[in-house]
Amino acid sequence: MSDDYNLRGKVAVVGVGETTYYKHGQSTDPEFVLVLKAILAACEDAGISPKEIDGFCSYSNDRNDPPRLANALGIPELRYSNMQWTSGGGGAAAAVQNAAGAIVAGSANVVVAYRGLAQGQFGRFGRSGGSRPVSGPAAYTLPYGMMSAAQMYAMRTTRFMHEHGVGRSSMRAIAMACYHHAQNNPRAVMHGRTLDEETYDSSRWITEPYRLFDCCLENDGAAAIIVTRTDRAKDLAKAPALVLAAQQSGGHRSGATAENATDYVTSSFKPAVKYLYQQAGITADDIDVVQSYENFTGGVVMSLIEHGLCTYENADEVLTFDNLRADGGALPLNTSGGNLAECYMHGLGLQVEAVRQVRGESSNQVPDAKVALANAGPMVAVASTAIYGTEETLG
Amino acid sequence: MSRSTTEPHLPGLRQPAASNDGLDAPFWEGAQAHELRVQQCLDCGLHQWGPEWMCHQCNSMEIDWVTIDPVGQIYSWQRPHHPVHRALSDRGPYIIVLVELPHASNIRMVGNLLGDPMQDIEIGAPVSVVFEDREGDPDFTLVQWEASPAN
Repeated sequence: MSDDYNLRGKVAVVGVGETTYYKHGQSTDPEFVLVLKAILAACEDAGISPKEIDGFCSYSNDRNDPPRLANALGIPELRYSNMQWTSGGGGAAAAVQNAAGAIVAGSANVVVAYRGLAQGQFGRFGRSGGSRPVSGPAAYTLPYGMMSAAQMYAMRTTRFMHEHGVGRSSMRAIAMACYHHAQNNPRAVMHGRTLDEETYDSSRWITEPYRLFDCCLENDGAAAIIVTRTDRAKDLAKAPALVLAAQQSGGHRSGATAENATDYVTSSFKPAVKYLYQQAGITADDIDVVQSYENFTGGVVMSLIEHGLCTYENADEVLTFDNLRADGGALPLNTSGGNLAECYMHGLGLQVEAVRQVRGESSNQVPDAKVALANAGPMVAVASTAIYGTEETLG
Repeated sequence: MSRSTTEPHLPGLRQPAASNDGLDAPFWEGAQAHELRVQQCLDCGLHQWGPEWMCHQCNSMEIDWVTIDPVGQIYSWQRPHHPVHRALSDRGPYIIVLVELPHASNIRMVGNLLGDPMQDIEIGAPVSVVFEDREGDPDFTLVQWEASPAN
């Protein structure tokens, strides 16, 4: 890949910010205020004035639009705005990618990737109501009782387990690793709530094959990531986390309606991964720590396989609780607690945690972590995935 | 190969309506006539579901609706227990199946598997359509599935 057309190392995350993470509906702040607070926190972390922001990137039709944010923040020049279209939180890494692309192209200098959710103000994902007729693609599923996110992705996991004969023990290990890591993370909503095998195994079905602990949380809060040129980053408060690679990932008809994606048994990362490692100039073996988006644990198993971190054949041997722990595991996973146990900030918290790992600031720090992978949105029409590294990883 | 019922399987959920651009009206009209209709490209012969304005294989916009045999095979399934809609609060578990139709370009359709909600479900098992006629505003028909002898 020509260096002229590769963002590897040219752009860095220089600041991350999060609000308090609340159980769903419990924020006393409106969603817009949460986003402003996260942006201010990220600017403070970076040692950069909010007035320097000149670009905004988000995803999942975030309700807090850049013109309104720029007005509130008093930003003098709004040069770039971007919305990543996909379902679920599949755009979390793409928001960073789009920010990076804008900077490399000279469209903006300081771009914030952000996401805010206040479900008390706007309603939950996991409940569906209403009695009006439904039309279009939703009419092919909703009248049959298929309407929640868990229901939209459960059948992929059933088929995955059927085709490859793997999954249940891996799914449990992933859930346990997330809860384990949350115990050291005071930001985590599930801080103080442990999860053992028996509790997982006896938890209620949400929809077979997903048990309660296979499913992500729903939360209120906001997160923000400040992205700028790597040469500018040298003057700022903290060591930069270089963006080594970031890719979007949609496959052949991956957005087909009524579960007609051509490749059904996939986390949706197959198209991206070859570009991801090529762009970063590394292989899966070079990844020190992984943040893999858990909407549902079954999608994580597929994601790790498709990122080359284990195989269909050895997944259940590699994806054990002991291997996934930051304290001594060979494949440390979701070291903040992730969407299952830290907070469901539509996956932006996983990008934040990857930055913390390469800075050496995680509450479950992996010793000498230099390269961190953070993906977003398994099983959705368009997923995204990114790799962050320390300055020395540029070589 | 198909049968019909007037017993509602999951009453109280939102009823389907044809999209306001008319794209899928032939499907819903077909269901009310107890026929399973899907799109087929007049140029390359590919079936597609859900409906699109263009054939995704050859990009022809010459697409017709055809009636196909109302049978298929279970491609995947799930059994929801947690009620996500108030109409399901006292319903208990039910089964959603993804049915593959090998005789129609391997399109897949979502529906409920009727019968015992705790029945064993086998991927690859043959199923056939049950047209579920429902009263509504206006009346409508859902395309449901049940286990059938090998087809």
